[in-house]
Amino acid sequence: MIGLGLFKGLLVTLIAAIRGPVTVQYPDRKVGLPGAAKDAGLSLPRFLVKRPRDAARAAVGMATVEDLVEQGPRFRGQDFNWYEDRCTGCASCAKFCPLGIIKIVTSSSGKQTAEGEVYDVDVFDIDIGRCMFCGICVEVCPYDALDMGSDFERAQYERQALVIPVDELRRKKNTPSTWFRPQLESAGYDPHAGEELTWDAAGRHEQPSEEQLTERWVDER
Amino acid sequence: MTLQSEPVIVNVGPQHPSTHGVLRMRVAFDGETVTDAEMIIGYLHRGSEKLAEERTFTQVITLTDRMDYVAAMTNNQAYVLSVEKLAGIEPMPRGVYLRMISAELQRIASHLMAVGFLLQDLGALATPLMYMFREREDILDLFELMCGARITVSYHRPSGVFQDVPDEFWGRLRQFLDGMPAHIDEYERLISGNEIVLSRMRGVGVLDPDVMVNASITGPMLRAGGVDWDLRHRAPYEFYDRVSFDRPIMDESDNYARYLVRVYEMREALKIVEQCVEQIEPGPVRDPDVPFVLRPPVGESYVGIEGPKGELGFYLVSDGGISPYRCKVRPPSLLNLTLLREMVIGLPMADMIVTFGTVDVNMGEVDR
Ligand code: SF4
Ligand code: SF4
Repeated sequence: MIGLGLFKGLLVTLIAAIRGPVTVQYPDRKVGLPGAAKDAGLSLPRFLVKRPRDAARAAVGMATVEDLVEQGPRFRGQDFNWYEDRCTGCASCAKFCPLGIIKIVTSSSGKQTAEGEVYDVDVFDIDIGRCMFCGICVEVCPYDALDMGSDFERAQYERQALVIPVDELRRKKNTPSTWFRPQLESAGYDPHAGEELTWDAAGRHEQPSEEQLTERWVDER
Repeated sequence: MTLQSEPVIVNVGPQHPSTHGVLRMRVAFDGETVTDAEMIIGYLHRGSEKLAEERTFTQVITLTDRMDYVAAMTNNQAYVLSVEKLAGIEPMPRGVYLRMISAELQRIASHLMAVGFLLQDLGALATPLMYMFREREDILDLFELMCGARITVSYHRPSGVFQDVPDEFWGRLRQFLDGMPAHIDEYERLISGNEIVLSRMRGVGVLDPDVMVNASITGPMLRAGGVDWDLRHRAPYEFYDRVSFDRPIMDESDNYARYLVRVYEMREALKIVEQCVEQIEPGPVRDPDVPFVLRPPVGESYVGIEGPKGELGFYLVSDGGISPYRCKVRPPSLLNLTLLREMVIGLPMADMIVTFGTVDVNMGEVDR
């Protein structure tokens, strides 16, 4: 019968309309009175009494709460995490970045360790305006001093502001993504919870031996 | 008596939204009918093949993500298989299964995009597309769990995959596998029997199978013309010889057949994922002895895989150095686009756009 197919299709859209949205409003979601009370952490009557202005706004549909889509813990985001005390300034990350956007300047520190001389890292700038978040810099760091982060809102007015300078990396709370850090994942670490991690937890503990490193990097396959 | 009017030359694109990217079509119209069409490509050319020559074999994986950007996993897969052949690397079984799972999920995501945008081209603005995007979003969420990225995944590596998937992934995958058949039924209810769709797509844009074979057309487009050619079946790579699946073949070779083949292929891809989940066993996903900086011996390799859009191949030449001497891509989209002129001549403007939609090209892959 002509029109039956059309009718079936309309039924699908009708069901979808009843089922409610699957989309998420970003960054804020409109909430009604109960939602606003829940967001404030108060029961509805107390919310009405204590915060009458907010309640009035919510009642006319003007209240919003922040809403974010759930992100995987491996999410490769924009705020890099850098453990300066572990970084030897070897510049592997800069060398193997496919785009060459990590700028490293080192100077001799004179400090000797069993593994050789440690360099002071003076400049460690990542130009995330050109970064493609491939994670290769994290993969190649032999000392696990660099991690991806999970931030993604970094719109700026100038290109220069997109460069993460070394001071910011030093200051930053390190909340590494679990990309390439399987031990964090099995520990159930959630980078979005904002809990700071020291290198002891974030790095891999079985450090590669000298031979393994040589083998890994200079294998004449 | 028919009146011939002066031909009108219209440029469709390069930024026209219904061109699936930045393709420019210079079309000659006689009234409403297309009399000639010329495809002008190159607006998205980024020189990926040349860039590959100065990056190490592992770094090139990031470039392949950006070729067919709605099917990054299969691009990774084709490239990595070619590198493995070049360097003689034996992949880890668990890694191979994970590659197959991700590639089949990517096939579903790519076909969802193809079908969704096809409907958009038909004039069903936005609503049906959003149904497809709903499930595509689930797949992208799975990818995010897998590898931390949704589109530019860079997940596959020579000898396996980058990292094993988290435990949470399997539960989410099961949820997806259980829910998806019902969603495909939903699309079919929405579209397949719709009289407008049928009258607009049946018998439009018909191609002769022989012409298609001669023009190196591959993928769903070829199978919609009755040619049983699927590399997963003809020349199994990875573990495709261990899974069983049907190959949907249609004989009509028109727009509707091309649409249906894609819908059926989604179901088959689900079956493959299902079997992979059954067969996968714990173990390493990657050979730790494979160095980051590969130096394959002097030689060349070509591996073609059945990508969502057709045969996707990477031809690599090594001169013994750390980066490919030459990296040539065989993009299915470009070759499938070559017959578009033959398909659209004689069609009205609106059908030309629909026909273009059923070819399912991705301009990132055409121009590279
Ligand atoms: S994520 Fe990739 S592009 Fe970004 S700095 Fe690291 S290696 Fe370079
Ligand atoms: S690879 Fe690691 S240790 Fe070397 S410079 Fe980069 S962050 Fe520092």
